Amino acid sequence: MLGSFDAVLLARIQFAFTVSFHFLFPAFTIGLASYLAVLNALWLKTRKHHYLDLFRYWVKIFALAFAMGVVSGIVMSYQFGTNWSVFSDRAGPTIGAPMAYEVLSAFFLEAGFLGIMLFGREKVGEGLHMAACAAVAFGTFFSAFWILSVNSWMHTPAGFEIDAGTGQFLPTDFWQVVFNPSFPYRLAHTVTAAYLTTAFIVGGVAAFHLLRRRRRGQRASTATRTMFSMAMWMATLVAPVQIFLGDAHGLNTLEHQPQKVMAMEGHYGSHPDGAPLYLFGIPNDAEQRLDYAVGIPKLSSLILKHHLDAPLAGLDTIPDEDQPPVAIVFWSFRIMVAIGFAMLGIGLWSLWARWRGRLFEAPWLHRAALAMAPSGLIAVLAGWITTEVGRQPFTVYGHLRTVDSVAPLAAPAVGASLVAFIVIYFAVFGAGTFYILRLMSRPPVFDEPTLGESSKGPVRTAGLTPAPEEAARRPRAAQPGE
Amino acid sequence: MPLVDGFSFDLTVIWAGIIAFAVLVYVVLDGFDLGLGMLFATERHRHDRDVMMNTVAPVWDGNETWLILGGGGLFAAFPLAYSLILPALYAPVIAMLLALIFRGVAFEFRWRTERWRGVWDLAFIGGSALAALAQGITLGGLLQGIEIDKAGRIYDGGWWDWLTPFSLTVGVAVMVGYMLLGATWLVMKTTGELQERMRRRAWPLGVGTIGFIGIVSLWTPFLQEGYYNRWFADWRVALAGLVALAVLAIAALMFKSLTVHNHEYRPFILSLLLFALCFGGLGVSMFPYIVPTEVTIWEAAAPRASQVFLLVGAAILLPVILAYTAYAYWVFRGKIDPDTGYH
Ligand code: HDD
Ligand code: HEM
Ligand code: HEM
Repeated sequence: MLGSFDAVLLARIQFAFTVSFHFLFPAFTIGLASYLAVLNALWLKTRKHHYLDLFRYWVKIFALAFAMGVVSGIVMSYQFGTNWSVFSDRAGPTIGAPMAYEVLSAFFLEAGFLGIMLFGREKVGEGLHMAACAAVAFGTFFSAFWILSVNSWMHTPAGFEIDAGTGQFLPTDFWQVVFNPSFPYRLAHTVTAAYLTTAFIVGGVAAFHLLRRRRRGQRASTATRTMFSMAMWMATLVAPVQIFLGDAHGLNTLEHQPQKVMAMEGHYGSHPDGAPLYLFGIPNDAEQRLDYAVGIPKLSSLILKHHLDAPLAGLDTIPDEDQPPVAIVFWSFRIMVAIGFAMLGIGLWSLWARWRGRLFEAPWLHRAALAMAPSGLIAVLAGWITTEVGRQPFTVYGHLRTVDSVAPLAAPAVGASLVAFIVIYFAVFGAGTFYILRLMSRPPVFDEPTLGESSKGPVRTAGLTPAPEEAARRPRAAQPGE
Repeated sequence: MPLVDGFSFDLTVIWAGIIAFAVLVYVVLDGFDLGLGMLFATERHRHDRDVMMNTVAPVWDGNETWLILGGGGLFAAFPLAYSLILPALYAPVIAMLLALIFRGVAFEFRWRTERWRGVWDLAFIGGSALAALAQGITLGGLLQGIEIDKAGRIYDGGWWDWLTPFSLTVGVAVMVGYMLLGATWLVMKTTGELQERMRRRAWPLGVGTIGFIGIVSLWTPFLQEGYYNRWFADWRVALAGLVALAVLAIAALMFKSLTVHNHEYRPFILSLLLFALCFGGLGVSMFPYIVPTEVTIWEAAAPRASQVFLLVGAAILLPVILAYTAYAYWVFRGKIDPDTGYH
């Protein structure tokens, strides 16, 4: 018994680790692919050179992040079978098809046009190159569409029946499987999250260069300013949308997975006449109460039920064996929400600075934007942890328990591979992150070198396909103010 | 059983065909770029390595996507097989995934650093070699059969069961075969001395590949009686003989074209044919089993509703995918210009 429990725990840790790492890359590249398509379109439309420079600047970063997304994603598509084989056997008939649709409609699209997007501008002409950029951006969206449909089905399963003999989930209505109750909310919230994540990274990089220029008493280039301005528009306009979507998502969860919301809110006990919104507290599972709770009376009922005195049930109404672990859900949810409001704050601040015409001369705003650069990534992970841990102890909510989903593996096998994953992921993706940061530490320059060319500065690199000789480097004129 | 139901019989076979097709396309496409990765070890000059990598940089991601289609298709159309095979071959599968990480990131990382370039070159070589070895071991492990519990739904063996002389032999065979594909690919895509060296390397690799095909083909029938009867019972011996002749004929043509200076595409096409033929032979050995000789494709098949739902999309999307994949290869056709690369 203990042995099998260990294998389950290790398999869970392994899955959580590999998927969290994987998701960091798509969270960035989904937004970046669209940003690149927009930049390229702006370049074609206006022929203003800084759009092309920005495209070339970010496409190098995109290529790196995308490669890491791909290799970590391939791991994921086999993790279901290696670590959750019973789950795969049972759920494969229903969710296998949408997952295969992801491969057919998204991965091939991305992969097929990526080469052209990265290296093909001169080979296929501007028009087809633009089409390739758009295809890659759509590919990332389709990818999110299908995988989130699958994931949502695990939270709010629909459109299936259970085969008495094999225990398999058999589809009865694929429309319901794909568009299961939590899917629209999760899709909207997650794709918006990806856009915000990218916006804050782009804004953070721009802010870094604005600050650096300022310290040297110089004016930042048009490219840097454009980058900052675009990112701040995203923050201003999209952060409120995200908060609205998050709220809607939460209401939907309350309807379909009430105990997850109880855990997020820290409601161990029931509140028959209006539940408080706890801002802080230490969840205490053993005693089933929230220690040191600080809350605003009745606010939770107002948010969740739109009525101050509406009753809200607590975890005391849920059998012990069906309760999710509270502390993780409670905290990760608060981290995400706090970041959401901080993003809104930056958005409003930038709006104010813009209105006063000081968007590029507001060092404190720039410092804040720089500090917030990785906030999207943190919020995204926190959000997933809320969602996934809140689903426990089930893999298919209400129907299949996590302990019954695991593959018949020996604990040492899972343990050994877990260690390998951890060591290798940190080494490889750590190096990749370092290369990305190094690219970011250099400002976009006039006539930005393409992927295939060498760049100025300490990074004596070339792109994916460089001219071998550094000496072949084209001398490049500096832009006024550069 | 499903055999009676004519329609579902057809669907399952169609799905087995689609997955076999995806795996074959994966093997030949990623085969040449994994092979190229191993051949990296034989080229010491940085410039040659740059050129080699540039021949596959725009297409490797697409090549690897066929592996995901193989896995994803198996999950969707034959979930039982997916959930039996992967735990049984846990170690080689995980090793392959980790190896593919190194190989994949090397495409990008190697251009981002001077000091560590050698390290990422090594990652590229090692990752390619380990991925090829692990894929071969996976194939060997599957062919030699895996242990299943009485109810037939759960893997029931240990986590080292896959390790046998046979699976290791298949592993090395796949490495050699992939290197042959890589060498002939480079004959097609490069010029000058690099091309000449690849032409020379293709010789021993070709001999090795044929040798391993022989060893594995002779060994397989003795693993399980089912295979033996497939190939050697009564009239089937004649079939086996024909296949062997075909292999030799293709090999002879390939060796000949390697000696002809302006045959640049032909060695590659012929080595692809060699792979396709072996793959067909594998099909003869395995069909209709998906987990030899325990679970047939009909036993592992997802219900018809799932198969139909996915087939509708596959029928539309697969031709489209093949078309734009072909387009991408077309865009980057021809020799790599050793001095400029893609711009
Ligand atoms: C930039 C990222 C980001 C930001 C700023 C927010 N979220 Fe979020 N949130 C996500 C990124 C995210 C996510 C990664 O996309 C999740 C995880 C899975 C999912 O469905 O979306 C998520 C899940 C998630 C859930 C769990 C849904 C479930 O039960 O499955 C709720 C209730 C919220 N969010 C609510 C909010 C609120 C009220 C926010 C604002 C104040 C907020 N989120 C900001
Ligand atoms: C990409 C962002 C994701 C993150 C960060 C994430 C995170 C997690 C975490 C933390 C767990 C462990 C929960 C626990 O055991 O307490 C988990 C489990 C799991 N998740 Fe997710 N998840 C993500 C996406 C997905 C998607 C898209 C799917 C399905 C397509 C999925 C399916 C699963 C499965 C099968 C498990 C294992 C069973 C379980 O423990 O619930 N996850 N994930
Ligand atoms: C456990 C669940 C998941 C699995 C099995 C999975 C599988 C994969 C695979 C196999 C790839 C490589 C595709 C290629 O070769 O081009 C990939 C990349 C990608 N995945 Fe995931 N994925 C999962 C979770 C997610 C989630 C939650 C999202 C987004 C919401 C996502 C979005 C993407 C995107 C956009 C890519 C393209 C590469 C990139 O942008 O970095 N995936 N994924």
